[in-house]
Order: sequence, then C-alpha cells, then structure tokens
Amino acid sequence: MRRITFAIVSTIAAVVLLFSYRTSRGPADAVAVAPSPGGAQAGIVGGAPKPSASASGPPITSVPDQNGQPDQNGQPDQSGQPGSAEPVTVNGATAQTEQGPVQVQVVIDGGRIVDIAALQKPSGDQRHDEISAFSLPKLREQALAAQSAEIDGVSGATATSGGYRQSLQSALDAANFR
Amino acid sequence: MGMPISIHLRGSAPESRREAAVAGVFAELREVDAIFSTYREESDVRRLDRGEVTVEECDPQVREVLDLCARALDATGGYFDVRLPAADGSPHLDPSGLVKGWAAERAARRLSGLAGDDHYLNAGGDIALRCASTAAPPWRIGLEDPHRPGALLGVLPLASGGIATSGTAHRGAHIVDPTTGRTAVGLRAVTVTGPSLLWADVYATAAFARGRDGLEWLAGLDGYQALAVLDDGTVRMTDGMREAFQPIR
Repeated sequence: MRRITFAIVSTIAAVVLLFSYRTSRGPADAVAVAPSPGGAQAGIVGGAPKPSASASGPPITSVPDQNGQPDQNGQPDQSGQPGSAEPVTVNGATAQTEQGPVQVQVVIDGGRIVDIAALQKPSGDQRHDEISAFSLPKLREQALAAQSAEIDGVSGATATSGGYRQSLQSALDAANFR
Repeated sequence: MGMPISIHLRGSAPESRREAAVAGVFAELREVDAIFSTYREESDVRRLDRGEVTVEECDPQVREVLDLCARALDATGGYFDVRLPAADGSPHLDPSGLVKGWAAERAARRLSGLAGDDHYLNAGGDIALRCASTAAPPWRIGLEDPHRPGALLGVLPLASGGIATSGTAHRGAHIVDPTTGRTAVGLRAVTVTGPSLLWADVYATAAFARGRDGLEWLAGLDGYQALAVLDDGTVRMTDGMREAFQPIR
C-alpha cells in the first residue's frame, strides 16, 4: 500500500471518525455532497476514472454510478471503482466553523483510508494549534483502526462542533467509499 | 448552518429524479442558512437580534421557527431556550439549535418523495432517514463514544425517523442550564431517536441541560428513545433503546 507523506496543518480540535460506507444494496445508488463555497474543488481529484456523467453545474456535485454497476451482493465493480487498484484522493466540502473554513483531503487506497490532510485551516489561536498538534496523529491512528465497522453514518456530539469531521464525512461520501 | 450536508440514497429511483430531489434539498438548506445563520451578520436572525427589524419584517419562516421555539420551551419545562445571555449578560436570540433539526427534517421530505429509494440525510450528526419499504435493511447509525475520539459505543439500526445527539467531547460543557444560568454537568452526551428529528434534537438538548435526571425525563416522553453517556463513562438507555441498540465490544 503506497504511503503518502503529508503535512497536517493545524485545525480546530475535533475528533475524526472513519467508516466504510456501504452504498451498494441495490441496483443503483448515489451519494451527493454539497459544493464547497471556495477552497479546493470538493470531490474526487485524482486516481479514479471520470464518472460516466459529469457533475451537473451548481448547485450539486453528484457521484453517479461509475462504469459498470456493483453486483447484487454489494461487491465493488472491479473496473475502476474506488476499492480497486488505484488510490483515490478526495477533497471534502469546505465546512464553515466559528474559527473559519476547514477542509480536508482523504486518500483512499484499496478501499481503505490511508491518509488524511487538512487543506484549509482556520486562523486559530495558539491554544487550538497546540491541541491539534497533539490530537491529530492519535486520531488518525484510531480512525484508521475503526474502518472495519460497517456503518452507514454517524451521530455524535462532536459532529455538531467539529468542522474537520464534517468535512471528512463529506469526503467519504464523495468517494462512494465501500 | 455552516456545515456540509450528506445525503445517501439507496434503491431504484431514476437518476434524473434523484438529482432534482437532491438539488431541491440543497437549495432549501441554503435558503435556511441565509435567513438563520448566526455567522452571517446580515441574516434575518442577526438583524432581528440587533433590533434592526421586527419579526413581521423577517422571512415568514422566522415566525414559524420562533413559534416552534416557544413550544419547545414549554415542552421541555424551560430547558430548551433559544434566548440565552451572551458574555456581556444581555439576552441574545440564537435559534440555531432548533433550526438545524427543523431544516434537515423538512428538507429530507423531498427525498421521501423519491419512490423506490431509501434515504438518509446527515446534517452534522442530526440525521433524518427513511427506508421506502419494510423489506429494505435498516440504516446502521453508529453512535460515537464521547470519551474516546475515534471510537463507537455501538450501532443503532433505524428504518425511519430522526436521531440527534447533544453534548460535548471535551470537559467543560457548552450547554447552559437556563434555569440556573450555569453550565450543565453530569452528562457527556445524550442521543435521542424518534419520529421527528426536530423533536429528537430538542429533547436531546434539553435532557443534556437537565443533567443526570435528564434520562428519567426522557423515559417519560412518548415515542422517543434515548441513550445517555455520563461523565464517569457509564451508559444508560431507555428500555426501547436497549432493545434496538447493538453495543460494540
């Protein structure tokens, strides 16, 4: 598995939860994320084939079915879906927080998240920077370990305050992560 | 509202109808944000709070939300209150806690109209969901452990309704007990599920503000189930929640 080095810039103190989203229970599925109001373009930015229908113009970016459909058992299609050979880099939507915009980038390889980076950070005070420097590496480790849970979504108290996590969730949605 | 909205659709609805429904959801939520966001200085709510406009001069949805806030204040015995003192001691209007669940639940109705699709809409942890038929597997919603970032308490399978969580991951709760003016202690997080996301959110917030007797109060509500994580890490549930919730480990 290719490991990608990245620099985590500071962000607000928040938890990160990563899940394997099962989206294939039926013949056709879709996942949609809100567009990001600035910052790097949200959605798949590298490593995946272009979707068969391009994203429609504002206001939504949808990820339609890729080449070939998943089979009825929910196995990912082998021809270029996330979860096959090519690592997929996904930018999450930008989340506006009290401290400013936060946006993350996720790299998915072999159907698993292998890296997380913050593309935009809020202009936080030094205390936030200190909290982040301590908590983010630990959170990455825990988050990567949590991937085996078969969860469709998450509800939690930190989701209401963590711009980082909200953005990560949208990154997972955009990747149609399995 | 300032947060990305995640929508999952599962089933056989045609792509064009899905795109239209999702576009409608986002358009509706952006409109709500423009009216209610406290991060936008020119939103109706901020202008109302500063006394620059009256309620009658605001978008009619402001009146609708304020009426719901009054009902929530009454239904929670004063523990859900959108008028709280700011740092300077003066009262400020911030209905964001009700707007999120209200807006998400209302917008999700556009997805209920998608024949053939199950849907789930997640607005920052507030979730409105529905399975189109009883044959569909329920959505599996993970509840995070507020004491252990990156870990889950367990999974709640749900076929319809709303789920909301109130609380904090950090020591030092951010929710103020309106009856005392001090921060509420005793609970770390409360999750409520039931037919309406709006009311699940109101009840979770109010229960959290009540502190330890919040769970007893929730157990008395009709049609809503709850799980609470206490400051000491113990987890307590209403009977209905215990039947449905699948702990991890």
